[in-house]
Amino acid sequence: MSTAETTWISGPVLRARPDGAFRLRESVTVGDQALLGEVIRIARDEITVQLYEDTSGLRPGIEVTGSGRLLSIRLGPAILAGIFDGLLRPIADIADPYVKPGMQVQAARRFHFTPSVCVGDPLMPGAAIGEVANGTGIAQRCLVPADLPGGRVTAIADAGEYPDDQPICWIDAADGRHLAVAMTHAWPVRVPRPVQARLPSDEPMLTGQRVIDCLFPVARGGTGAIPGGFGTGKTVLLETVGKWCNADVIVYVGCGERGNEMAGLLAEFSELEDPRSGRPLLERTVVIANTSNMPVSAREASIYTGITVAEYFRDQGMNVTLMADSTSRWAEALREVSGRLGELPGEAGYPAYLSSRLADFYERAARVRTLGGETGSVTLLGAVSPPSGDFSEPVTTHTRRYVGSLWGLDAKRAQARFYPAIHPLQSYSLVAGNLARWWHNTGCTRWQELRRRFLTLLEDEARLERMARIIGRDAMPARQRLVLICAQLINECFLRQSAYSMNDRYASPSRQAVMMRLIGSFIEGSERLLDAGVAPEAIRDQPVFRRLMRMGEEIEEGDWEAFSALDQELTATIRRLLNEAREGGEE
Amino acid sequence: MTYARLVGEEIANRAEGPLLFLSRSLDVGLNEAVEVEGADGSVRLGRIAALDEDSITVEMLDDTAGLTLQGTRVRFFGEPLRFHVGPGLLGRVFNGIGKPLDGGPPLAAEHAYRVDGLPIKPTAREAPSEFLETGFTSIDLMNSLVRGQKLPLFSGGGLPHDRIAVDIACNARLPGDTQEAEGFAIVFAGIGIPHDSAEFFREEMEKSGALARTVLFLNLASDSSAQRLLAPRFALTAAEYLAFIEGMHVLVILTDLTNYCEALREVSASRGEVPSRKGYPGYMYSDLATLYERAGRIRGKPGSVTQIPILTMPNDDITHPIPDLTGYITEGQIVLDRDLHRRDIYPPIRLLPSLSRLMKDGIGKGRTHADHPALAAQLYASYSQAQQTRVLAGVVGEDGLSDDDRKLLLFGDDFEQKLIHQGVDARALEESMAAGWSALRGLPAGELHRLDDRQIREHLLDRATRREPVS
Ligand SMILES: Nc1ncnc2c1ncn2[C@@H]1O[C@H](COP(=O)(O)OP(=O)(O)OP(=O)(O)O)[C@@H](O)[C@H]1O
Ligand SMILES: [Mg+2]
Repeated sequence: MSTAETTWISGPVLRARPDGAFRLRESVTVGDQALLGEVIRIARDEITVQLYEDTSGLRPGIEVTGSGRLLSIRLGPAILAGIFDGLLRPIADIADPYVKPGMQVQAARRFHFTPSVCVGDPLMPGAAIGEVANGTGIAQRCLVPADLPGGRVTAIADAGEYPDDQPICWIDAADGRHLAVAMTHAWPVRVPRPVQARLPSDEPMLTGQRVIDCLFPVARGGTGAIPGGFGTGKTVLLETVGKWCNADVIVYVGCGERGNEMAGLLAEFSELEDPRSGRPLLERTVVIANTSNMPVSAREASIYTGITVAEYFRDQGMNVTLMADSTSRWAEALREVSGRLGELPGEAGYPAYLSSRLADFYERAARVRTLGGETGSVTLLGAVSPPSGDFSEPVTTHTRRYVGSLWGLDAKRAQARFYPAIHPLQSYSLVAGNLARWWHNTGCTRWQELRRRFLTLLEDEARLERMARIIGRDAMPARQRLVLICAQLINECFLRQSAYSMNDRYASPSRQAVMMRLIGSFIEGSERLLDAGVAPEAIRDQPVFRRLMRMGEEIEEGDWEAFSALDQELTATIRRLLNEAREGGEE
Repeated sequence: MTYARLVGEEIANRAEGPLLFLSRSLDVGLNEAVEVEGADGSVRLGRIAALDEDSITVEMLDDTAGLTLQGTRVRFFGEPLRFHVGPGLLGRVFNGIGKPLDGGPPLAAEHAYRVDGLPIKPTAREAPSEFLETGFTSIDLMNSLVRGQKLPLFSGGGLPHDRIAVDIACNARLPGDTQEAEGFAIVFAGIGIPHDSAEFFREEMEKSGALARTVLFLNLASDSSAQRLLAPRFALTAAEYLAFIEGMHVLVILTDLTNYCEALREVSASRGEVPSRKGYPGYMYSDLATLYERAGRIRGKPGSVTQIPILTMPNDDITHPIPDLTGYITEGQIVLDRDLHRRDIYPPIRLLPSLSRLMKDGIGKGRTHADHPALAAQLYASYSQAQQTRVLAGVVGEDGLSDDDRKLLLFGDDFEQKLIHQGVDARALEESMAAGWSALRGLPAGELHRLDDRQIREHLLDRATRREPVS
């Protein structure tokens, strides 16, 4: 290993005189505490190192030791259901409740391994050699590291428990080397893990949130961003999606945000059950927490740590959803590192490569055929925290260029406690067209048509509201007043969905479809009534309107009878009003 | 701080702004605290900001005017700045760097804590979920505070935030008998405040008897900028000691964080750093987080640290970096309003932009009252509609309004006059809730989408028939 002697230190950056060669982005350890750092600049006679920990007490003369490797994490069965800092060091041990410098990486643990290959079998890089159980109910695969050449199995461990860092499979590689494979392997976080092919994505990543799934859906392997000022609901939305979405594994990266939020998330995720497996949600989750008061430099790395972990599960043939809260804090960490290097600042002080870093990040989302020949996906959702809630700032504008779905949060809606505060006119989904077939095949044949109808109504509403502000609601023609009433119904009962309501926090595709249809029937019915001369307000004042407004809150998942009763009540009400109008007309 | 590890004489070579450059003749480490004693006997605090093979860069935490190089002695403490605390903290008054201002004896220094604190592992945190009553309806009913939360007050110049701070300090209480059983204390830090305000705080707390359960830190406007950065850190160190060693529930009131941020900007500029928005340093978010994130609870420990930081928004602008970055770190915000203040509404809290994010965990069945969440949600929804109607009425005139709209207008006025406004008297939560239901009674049932049928029946209809209508 190369070493270097510290000559200068200030804050989280040190310079050192190297003895031996260092690589750019090589990970290093410093001093007796083995503080972790990364080489961020090299010259012939000096290296510059950024440290990921508190540097109090360091002084010139202290030794820097190279690792010979780019900044890497160890991937293996111990990760699932774990909670880590930004460099994948476990922080579950709370004998000492404080984060202190010199924390250690995950120690070796024993897991049960069941081989799936035999001596003599050919093996490609990335192929599975067996299954590992870590007690979560999710079977994990053990993979040949993708950066090893293929070869033939010369020996394989029998089923049984082994330490995860010891070899369990031996391979004669095609290039003549003899290789040993363990349950864990290291991977450099900034290097995307290779795949056989990227696949088109025509299946939705269902979130259980109506405004997303029905109006602005995201595809498996797709990307979504949530820009919004403080307190508009980014974190709650990401957490809610984390709870109810149909992914196999969730990677939640808390990047420069609050400690209490992470504590709340851990508490909730260990109590709630995954509706599909019946096991605690935490068991399908990996939490990477680098809160705002933890060292800033590790914040930058935490995003890459998260996405590498996500790719690792994808390569086992799973559908993974990663949430990053917040990508703006990551961008700010980039800005700080760049400032320390004396790079020329660009827009708002961010380095000129901000845009390409964001592009690289979102590019790592995909639905793929893995090296092992399976199908897996990584869906990326990122919160964006624009200063002053102003969406024209660099991180928001660049992110907008790279994501397939955007859910813009509106401060006004949030202030009126209208959650999720996703503004329909500030949001989009580029993939809605591709997903229409899926909804059609699941039996919701009118999904695309009703989606358009809702969006048009919401657009009209915005226009008419402006008008109402000038001339007053009562002065508007009946047809326009009806548009406002229909839009109110869509907003209040369909788009609004409290994350804290037992009944409504999650909506299955069938429940979403039923609600969509009911609203559709109301719109069509009340238009007929309008044609028959019934005033929109008379329709709104019917008891069935209140029942419709509150159906999300009041009718629980799976209670189809209640929905069809409501449907009948609606039909009856419309028929009655129609009859009354006809009779009134005849008199 | 009396235990210097090493002493260097005649090692100062150069002074520049707040920086002092020393020759590195002693083996000292980054961030170590130092004391610089001038030839005239004056003592200044500093910390080691950078080191190379030949020299030590010290950042002075006190004003450097008058500093000389000849004859200065530098004492090194071998560790970052610490605050020595022990029993007997309550009732005491300190300056911004922990020196007694009340003429009392020095503290029994049983523990020495780094004033910067250490980040709590997210896993070691207990999610806050216990209600803390402030006596203000706009907070207790509408934006409930829970123990371990950080909930700032966004104010503006000339608004009565000092009064509110004192009222909260005097009226805040834990529900039931928790207060006696577990102990409740206030840590109050004035940061860069004028002498008059400092006196006001001290007198008011003394008058109400709250001083006995309070630790007061006073950093005056005339103290140095660098000390301003330390004042909240000393206060929070004291709070953490009371909470996690003595097991008390501690409410920390910090005022005024705007002065803190100005000091941060000043120090950053004097270091020659590249400024970010409005001249504030790019790391202001992270720096503020090291203060605000010190609120919380720790698993397995009895106490809690709750924070109410107060800041004045320059120009009443909520998008200014100080409130903006604060809002991105804290768990909600309480916003004061000039218009309400002009109308003599006290506390003049503007509810729509106010928010308590941890409210949901601290209220409802088994915590406050089962119908508390729905009541607050309905009040919010109706009040926000009333506000919109007010705008509409401003354009088309009240005559152009429908009946329901007029009811909403009335509700809005009622809400501000009877619910937000409460004058000098503290209200218990039960009183606040009663005021809430009574405000809703004027609204048409069709507007009450956030209440279920039972709630409407129990709280609105039954009572409305039982009671005489207000004439
Ligand atoms: N879907 C929702 N259902 C119910 N309440 C919500 C929802 N979304 C947000 N809220 C409310 O809004 C508050 C703020 O939300 P959240 O913490 O997610 O904001 P944020 O956008 O992440 O803010 P910041 O950028 O400061 O982190 C929550 O505490 C909660 O009270
Ligand atoms: Mg958030």
